[in-house]
Amino acid sequence: MFALINISYLTAAVCFILGIKGMTRPSTAVRGNLIAATGMLIAVVAALLHHAVISYAGIIAGMLLGAAIGIWLARSTETTAMPELVASLNGIGGGASLSVAASTWLNAIAAGETPTAGWSIAILASILIGAVTLTGSIVAVLKLKGRLGDSSRKRLWQFATATSLAAVVVAGVLFIAQGAVSPLILGALVALALLLGVGLVQPIGGADMPVVVALLNAYSGLAGAATGFVLENQGLIITGSLVGASGLILTAVMCKAMNRSLPNVLFGGAFGGQADDGPAQNEDEFYAGKVKYATADDLAMMLDGARNVLLVPGYGLAVAQAQHSVKELASELEGRGAAVNYAIHPVAGRMPGHMNVLLAEAEIPYDQLKDMDTINPEMPQADVAIVLGANDVVNPAASEEPSSPIYGMPILEVHRAKTVVVVKRSLSAGFAGIPNGLFTRDNSLMVKGDAKAVVQDTTRAIKEL
Amino acid sequence: MEMFVLSFTIFVLALFVGVELINKVPPTLHTPLMSGTNAISGIVVVGAIISAGSGGMDPTLASILGFIAVTLATINIVAGFLVTDRMLNMFKRKDS
Repeated sequence: MFALINISYLTAAVCFILGIKGMTRPSTAVRGNLIAATGMLIAVVAALLHHAVISYAGIIAGMLLGAAIGIWLARSTETTAMPELVASLNGIGGGASLSVAASTWLNAIAAGETPTAGWSIAILASILIGAVTLTGSIVAVLKLKGRLGDSSRKRLWQFATATSLAAVVVAGVLFIAQGAVSPLILGALVALALLLGVGLVQPIGGADMPVVVALLNAYSGLAGAATGFVLENQGLIITGSLVGASGLILTAVMCKAMNRSLPNVLFGGAFGGQADDGPAQNEDEFYAGKVKYATADDLAMMLDGARNVLLVPGYGLAVAQAQHSVKELASELEGRGAAVNYAIHPVAGRMPGHMNVLLAEAEIPYDQLKDMDTINPEMPQADVAIVLGANDVVNPAASEEPSSPIYGMPILEVHRAKTVVVVKRSLSAGFAGIPNGLFTRDNSLMVKGDAKAVVQDTTRAIKEL
Repeated sequence: MEMFVLSFTIFVLALFVGVELINKVPPTLHTPLMSGTNAISGIVVVGAIISAGSGGMDPTLASILGFIAVTLATINIVAGFLVTDRMLNMFKRKDS
């Protein structure tokens, strides 16, 4: 029976690998997801057959409750709120690993076992990573929702983080060295690690949340792998490290797209200092008399003659929920014989691939979504590039002004298009807190307003032409 | 200790498999990839089931933690797979 159960876990792990392999192409991804779900079913059935399981009431109750909440979450979440959902699920996964490790340890102590050092380390890793993921994700979700601003007392948080980290190290060493310690030390460790999670994420700016969410995704996987060491379950170890690798790669992709190192994102707050020196006044001077404004009607006239139109979505598109209006405009333009493409910057939106999901929801074909490296060389051929709620990712200062704090960050070079139209609610700075020279260029026009309203007005105006 | 070395070997090898595999996932699918990996990290449910089910009828702190773990892991699994399926179907229908 033991061998059969372990082979089932291995089968589940293989299903997960095949499932992720399916995700390498949009056409096979749905099937891949189903294969992974089948693997999960196999693993759950195998676990239920485990000889240690003697009562099913708690299991069934937990599964029913969890399934109800899960279905509700999956059904009710808007595609614009996917970053919050993924961040929440990271935290929930961390919480699950934390609970499993604590519960397993309590059972072992109650049974009078003396844990080995290796096993204690696994318990410790599972509890620490799980707890940090749990509270770190809660802070990340609150920041994504805008309920929690960026801290003005960074130093205080850094001090609290350093103190709790030191305390965790001391308590951790004690925990490993002593073997069978009192549950009080375990409780203290959990509390300290929960505090540490808050302290690590709280000082990081809201703009850097995509990196944090990807990193917490990795943590939730590594917490699962650590739980695998606790339970000596290789299927869990394989799965946890797959998830860990996925999160780490996405973290690296996001950091590269912002031209920043991971330590810089986590501990630097490099943009923080720049935003403090009175940006409002600087902006007035910076933009004074140089920005040309246009209306939706002007934009419609311009698009009427355009053969090659490029749409550049940013977080403003998600906020305005403008994806369906954008699709409507694109269909109208395509009906008039224009080629419409979408340029997607890797950090557009609040998580990797966020824009792609929004546009897919509006049934925009994914072969029209171009990544940065593909579209930049084609930029001069674009008659009109429309920037919808993006800012820093199209700021030419990143490639032209070595003194700029974002210098070196790869951008979408929309300033090289024949005409750039920026749809934006105001001239206010983006996440980086710096003015954008694009708005003052000769080939640049600004249409002030909400992305959705402007796009709808433009579509209406084109139809009337 | 031998068990630990064996497990650690598997851990490192699986990390390499993961890196190779995930590097091939296109940026378009990165959001569903994240929610999909959320779902499979719900595999800790196997540990949670054993924790929740091994206590007998008297609720102990360990079995209560086990119940919490089963609930949390099930949320991860159900919400993760369902929302990934929902998103991927948005991508898929463009093929036809």
